[in-house]
Amino acid sequence: MSKERSNKLFEPALVKEALRHSFIKLNPKIMFRNPVMFTVEIGTAVMLGVCIWIMCGDKTQGSLAYNLIVFAVLFVTLLFANFAEAIAEARGKAQADSLRKTREETPAKWIVAGKEMQIVPSSQLKKGDIFLCETGDTIPMDGEIIEGIATIDESAITGESAPVIRESGGDKSSVTGGTKVLSDRIKVKVTTEPGESFLDKMIALVEGASRQKTPNEIALTILLAGFTLVFIIVCVTLKPFGDYASTPITIAAFISLFVCLIPTTIGGLLSAIGIAGMDRALRANVITKSGKAVETAGDLDTLLLDKTGTITIGNRKATNFWPANGVDSKAFIDACVLSSLADETPEGKSIIELANLSKDTFKIDGAVFIEFTAETRCSGIDLVTGLRIRKGASDSIRRIAEKAGNSFPEETLEQVKKISSNGGTPLVVSQNEQIMGVIELQDIIKPGIQERFERLRKMGVKTVMVTGDNPLTAKFIAEKAGVDDFIAEAKPEDKMNYIKQEQLGGKLVAMMGDGTNDAPALAQADVGVAMNSGTAAAKEAGNMVDLDNDPTKLIEIVEIGKQLLMTRGTLTTFSIANDVAKYFAIVPALFIASIPGLQSLNIMKLHSPESAILSAVIFNAIIIPALIPLALKGVAYKPIGASALLRRNLLIYGLGGVVVPFIGIKLLDMVVSIWF
Amino acid sequence: MNTEILGVVFMFVLTLALAIPLGRYMGKVYMGDATWADAFLNPLDKLFFKLGGIKPLKEMNWKEHLVALLTINLVWFLLSMLVLMTQGSLPLNPDGNPSMSPDLAFNTTISFISNTNLQHYSGESGVSYLGQLVLMLFQFISAAAGMAACAAVFLLMRPNFKFQKDDKGSVISGNFYSLFIKSLTRVLLPLSIVIAVILLFNGMPMTFKGKDQYISVQGDTVSVSRGPAAALVAIKQLGTNGGGFFGANSAHPLENPNYFTNIVENVLIILIPIAMVFALGYMIKRMRFAYMVFGIMTIGFLLFVVPSISLEMGGNPAIGKMGITQNLGSMEGKEVRFGPAASAFWAITTTVTSNGSVNAMHDSLTPLSGMFCLLGMMVNAFYGGVGVGFLNFYIFIIIAVFISGLMVGRTPEFLGKKIEAKEMKIAAMIALLHPFLILVGASLASYLYSHDPTTYAGWLNNPGNHGFSEMLYEYTSSSANNGSGFEGLGDGTPWWNISCGIVMLLGRFLPIIGPVAIAGILANKKYVPESAGTLKTDTATFGIMIFAVIFIIAALSFFPALALGPIAEYFGMKP
Repeated sequence: MSKERSNKLFEPALVKEALRHSFIKLNPKIMFRNPVMFTVEIGTAVMLGVCIWIMCGDKTQGSLAYNLIVFAVLFVTLLFANFAEAIAEARGKAQADSLRKTREETPAKWIVAGKEMQIVPSSQLKKGDIFLCETGDTIPMDGEIIEGIATIDESAITGESAPVIRESGGDKSSVTGGTKVLSDRIKVKVTTEPGESFLDKMIALVEGASRQKTPNEIALTILLAGFTLVFIIVCVTLKPFGDYASTPITIAAFISLFVCLIPTTIGGLLSAIGIAGMDRALRANVITKSGKAVETAGDLDTLLLDKTGTITIGNRKATNFWPANGVDSKAFIDACVLSSLADETPEGKSIIELANLSKDTFKIDGAVFIEFTAETRCSGIDLVTGLRIRKGASDSIRRIAEKAGNSFPEETLEQVKKISSNGGTPLVVSQNEQIMGVIELQDIIKPGIQERFERLRKMGVKTVMVTGDNPLTAKFIAEKAGVDDFIAEAKPEDKMNYIKQEQLGGKLVAMMGDGTNDAPALAQADVGVAMNSGTAAAKEAGNMVDLDNDPTKLIEIVEIGKQLLMTRGTLTTFSIANDVAKYFAIVPALFIASIPGLQSLNIMKLHSPESAILSAVIFNAIIIPALIPLALKGVAYKPIGASALLRRNLLIYGLGGVVVPFIGIKLLDMVVSIWF
Repeated sequence: MNTEILGVVFMFVLTLALAIPLGRYMGKVYMGDATWADAFLNPLDKLFFKLGGIKPLKEMNWKEHLVALLTINLVWFLLSMLVLMTQGSLPLNPDGNPSMSPDLAFNTTISFISNTNLQHYSGESGVSYLGQLVLMLFQFISAAAGMAACAAVFLLMRPNFKFQKDDKGSVISGNFYSLFIKSLTRVLLPLSIVIAVILLFNGMPMTFKGKDQYISVQGDTVSVSRGPAAALVAIKQLGTNGGGFFGANSAHPLENPNYFTNIVENVLIILIPIAMVFALGYMIKRMRFAYMVFGIMTIGFLLFVVPSISLEMGGNPAIGKMGITQNLGSMEGKEVRFGPAASAFWAITTTVTSNGSVNAMHDSLTPLSGMFCLLGMMVNAFYGGVGVGFLNFYIFIIIAVFISGLMVGRTPEFLGKKIEAKEMKIAAMIALLHPFLILVGASLASYLYSHDPTTYAGWLNNPGNHGFSEMLYEYTSSSANNGSGFEGLGDGTPWWNISCGIVMLLGRFLPIIGPVAIAGILANKKYVPESAGTLKTDTATFGIMIFAVIFIIAALSFFPALALGPIAEYFGMKP
């Protein structure tokens, strides 16, 4: 479903909504938040006054048509800037709404006072209430399973069609409103107040009201306000300069020069860029709790990644059977399968998979299963025929064999060592205390993961693998996958310590987690991404929630953060670089009448002062909508090193920003000169 | 190659050859590292510390540095006002020069404590020898204060340095008084003594006797002013002060007797500003960064100096139109013993560095050379004044780092410190200040002149574009703490004395306070280690970025004003 979500930038319905908001946002109280555009609004109001003044008979300010056009262009400039923000908001909201729609007003089976069941609309459920869900029910609210186990279809949220299992206790106890129970029944405790789910918070962030400017956005706004002030000074002081040179300058010319010089392009697009960043995160199925988190993601220095699921596919898999000398290969495999029949662990299942034998061929009626315990560190089966099969860590099986007086074959010992040093896990199998051979379990490194780590390294991000494996195995996998560092035999507090250590060195750290014991580390990390399937505590602690439960998502989040900052930087550069051409368009136009020599500065050979000024303001206006797609999509990030990236962006947006307006203004002038 | 051009190239190469070792030496002095001069200068320092009650090892936080700077300046301000307003009745006044009016004393005092040395008086008749000596003292003090402030910023910039903290948790680094005294005893005083002796042997006067008289070829008796000039000229150039002993400054034969003294003086103008950049490299242990800064400053400098030399050597088109050949180049307002190339080189070096001494009349430069002088002061960071030049450059670095940091997708950081809203606010304010002071000053003057031309008729000898350039130049020179003048402006009136005084004061202290504050705030932040994603600030690409920022903020914002002044004049003159 996520793939089907519309990627079109301008959907008619959204455009209509955005257009309406473009006008609403003209309210000076709202405009005031954006100092650059607010000054444009003042200029527009002054131009309106000038037009009225001319209608009342003034002759000093040029023709009414010319002034009206300047007024109209400035007004449209404002609308364009508002539209940019509005369309970004509309897109973000539409995205969030489509997620929210799935969970609206579903009937809930509310369990009143722990006994009675009552059907109520989901909106009436409060935090702490308990509801029941059975096969076929849609889960009405976000919550935590307190009883039972169920398979759940989360495709409405994640777009992933394969059902997932959620059960009470443990780290997979969270359910999300809008998802569907496919089998079994569960009791769920509501964890959020209505209207306060993460999604609701996200929607509020996208909507103007509660959107806080991020620190970086504030700093940039200050810089832009600084530029605006410089140009206010430039334009205001031009009046006495003009008086001295006996050059009357019209109000329209002053305001046009001012509006052209101040960074309206970035000023108009700034908030759209920020919203679009959160929107892009949402499109990647990540709910961010603040715009700042997305920004921080771009700065990350260190990523803590769990080995399982991120670097390797799921769990270890059996990859080879190594029978001991003199043991028939078929007999060994049969023994392996028998020992694993009752083993529900992924490793156990993978042994049966590898053997590729049908379970039905084995007669195990009346057999006794020996469960794996931490003490014995082996599991197995005792068949009614008296056959005793054990499977486990090499030293524990060895103890069993040697206790019965049997030797541990030399070649098996070799094999065990070889498997270990290759990063695999050896499982030794014995039958009636006789060593049969070794099963090799290997971690399967995800295809393409090395390239992703390489890309991260080029971005300057260090990757750290967290695993419960012993240091030897961990080292092997770390090297094979290309991570920079690893934490072996990791306990939850190790993650926490590692994060603190890195942060002490001034680094920004991100981690992903799902369990309650991950919560402190998630909170400590600068960017903590909780899996949606994780516990409520984990989700509360992190500052992002990944709906897909995809551990590689961190990599995407880093790029989204970088794109956000880059888009701001490049458009600022572009906007300011534009000034060069605008100066050369307007300054000669201002003084040509009284100082004909300045005609030489009119290097674009613009037709007349009026056409020059109009072309410049029109260019200034249309560049805003022309750049909306870039603001919404973000500038493409290329991991080619900071200096190369700066060179590239300076060339495209800096040099481009100087050249484009020369061409644009000249072309516009050719059209405008027909009338002026 | 033309000998005139060769002379100019020689001057620049000589400066560089001296600046590199001097910079390293200064770096050592400010870091407190051992130097060869310790043996005989340590006792002198100790004496000063003892006399001043200074504890040189007590480190200060950035606010204490600023308080120390402002305190020193306030004390000297009061002393100077007192002397200048009463000099007529004080000793060392053989020519009987009168006391200054309060507005002129205000302007002169501000002018000298702010390292501007804008002179609305003429040295021969406007100030006594005691007054000259007090002003010379300021030439030392203001230069040392600027250098000490800059050294404090360098100390705070040291990346990944384990700073001590005071009990309020604020980073402390260096002692302002100690940096100040060391700037004097280790750099300015020794160099000045050597230079003064060299100048003395080239015929520069050094006496407390009054005017001398001689009988000219025509038989007239002529009075010639003299005085303790050699000592003052050395520090005037070395400390980018520029305030001359005589009204004609270094165009006067007794203040710059020959081509050799011209070389010495001109090298001194840019020596410490360039050395300061190398001192930075030594102190923060990033020589590459210093080379980048030096490279960008030099490119900017060359962009001004090369066309200026070419224009001045090419002659004045207005004179050309009269059918007069100008084989020597444009010689109006220039000294024959220096020629157009050396005069143009001096004009640009003195304006880019906030020195302001002149060896030719800037008023008579061809229009575009005049514009390059103006631009040199408007940017005020291509080398810039001693200490303060880099502080101005620092602001541009901060802005460039911010924008380019965003362009590579990382919260901007400079030498391991993140740049956030607070620093941006200060940087934007300081970057804004210079255009504000210049444009507002010039616009007020334009307003007064154009609305009441009869009352203010005395202001401008040349109305029109050139007159506008004169007014613009006066405020630019004041704001940049340069001190040179486009003469021809009637600037000895209360309006110019007071308005320029205020502009100088703001243009001096705010651009020191801002960078020190930014460096102090950044030093208090956590150090972020570099990674592959960090923007390198010592590359040519980043240098281009700084250059672009300077061009757009410092040069383009003056474009309309320049169009009405020198540019209009240039096109008006074109045949």
